[in-house]
Amino acid sequence: MRRVAITGLGAISALGRNLDEYWCALRTGRSGIAPLECLPPGTLRFANGAEVRGFSHRGYFADKQADFVDRFAQFGVIAAREAVSGAALEWTPELRESTAIVTGSCVGGQTTQDLGFVNLYKLGLPRVNPLTIPRVMSSAGASQISMEFGITGPAYSISTACSSSGHAIGQAFWMVRGGQVEAAITGGCEAPFSMGNLKAWEAMRVVSPDTCRPFSKDRTGMILGEGAAMLVLEPLEAAQARGARIHAEIVGFGMSADANHITQPSIDGAARAMRFALRDAGLSPEQVGYINAHGTATQANDVTEAAAIRAVFNAHAPRLAVSSTKSMHGHTLGAAGALEALASILALREGILPPTANFTTPDPECDLDVIPNLARPAQVEYAMSNSFAFGGLNAVLVFRRA
Amino acid sequence: MSEPLSVTQRVLNTIAATQRIPPERVTIDSSFQELGIDSMDGVNILFALENEFDLTIPDEQAKSIRGIREMVEGVEKLLAAK
Repeated sequence: MRRVAITGLGAISALGRNLDEYWCALRTGRSGIAPLECLPPGTLRFANGAEVRGFSHRGYFADKQADFVDRFAQFGVIAAREAVSGAALEWTPELRESTAIVTGSCVGGQTTQDLGFVNLYKLGLPRVNPLTIPRVMSSAGASQISMEFGITGPAYSISTACSSSGHAIGQAFWMVRGGQVEAAITGGCEAPFSMGNLKAWEAMRVVSPDTCRPFSKDRTGMILGEGAAMLVLEPLEAAQARGARIHAEIVGFGMSADANHITQPSIDGAARAMRFALRDAGLSPEQVGYINAHGTATQANDVTEAAAIRAVFNAHAPRLAVSSTKSMHGHTLGAAGALEALASILALREGILPPTANFTTPDPECDLDVIPNLARPAQVEYAMSNSFAFGGLNAVLVFRRA
Repeated sequence: MSEPLSVTQRVLNTIAATQRIPPERVTIDSSFQELGIDSMDGVNILFALENEFDLTIPDEQAKSIRGIREMVEGVEKLLAAK
């Protein structure tokens, strides 16, 4: 099997419109969580989110093109442009048809769907925009990226709630490693800030009234975020042969299902996904130096994830650095696995582990080294990125320093 | 005309309907555990109570609820404040 290099990275999130801004925020522990600008204050029981503030398609898409693309897929294309531009591949006709696109999205074009419902149910109009369907479909990100670059190979989207882009990147990795494709553009994109979707999150009572404090004793829940992250993958040998910049290698992917509960996480399911990822990478637990945790800051996730990490890493757990960057970019659902993969890759590349921001008080039930508030210089060989979804669908990725 | 149901009885009925169990199984002293109420069921019951009594139950108050008696008392408090 082939080794797989990461040669392109792109990001747009509450932390900025490109990779440099993303990394700058992560390494300085700056949170992008702020009062919601998408709804008037008082509409919801929670007030804050990690939005791409002030975003407009202008400067990225012509008006006519933007009419066909929901906000979530616009984010996907913007991140893919940065990743593809950085990878600087020569797009021969052969490469175009042997490149895969695999993207993750949890909820698809929510803002478009909401607008249609407002027209029907609130304004009493008899019709909705005919572009509603192509804008809403959760595979629109993959379609738009394929059209943007004229890529004609296998392209599809994966929807596994909060693990969507973890599964997407893992699938793309396996396809490149197994020789089914010669390159892949993969990641996730999400824009969940519609009134209807936010009301549904409010009803679940898992969103914090202030901010996201993963692994803190006084944590009060998650903060929703939006954005996208994309990676370009190719065989290591090909990347080396063409002298490409290699950000890191992707070396392992593990998945599991809890088969337990539609919202409650399980220690066993999370632990199995981590073990499978280590096995896929051919690593022993002691070789991992950093975990970018799922770390949503809900009561249930953080305790369960900490217990799962201790179960997998045993005696090595106290020496393992673990942080949740959701404290800065929020929980971006179907884009979370991809943004956090980028955080892990940049941590390896730059030799700096991003912190868990907003941290206040240690929780004895989350007894891990969570890199509180301040980034930490550390040369780490292998990093793991955890994604654990509602419904117990787990995806874990492992990266190696280039 | 029949007597209007007490707040307590309406809360118990709402819980039974949400849990899809016979109303006679739910008493003010039943524990969440014996009624098979997990955290997601709890959230679901709060939603049903908000609809039944036309209330908004704050998250902070919701978090402190440990039993059915507290649910009834919480609803009564919110109704009194209405």
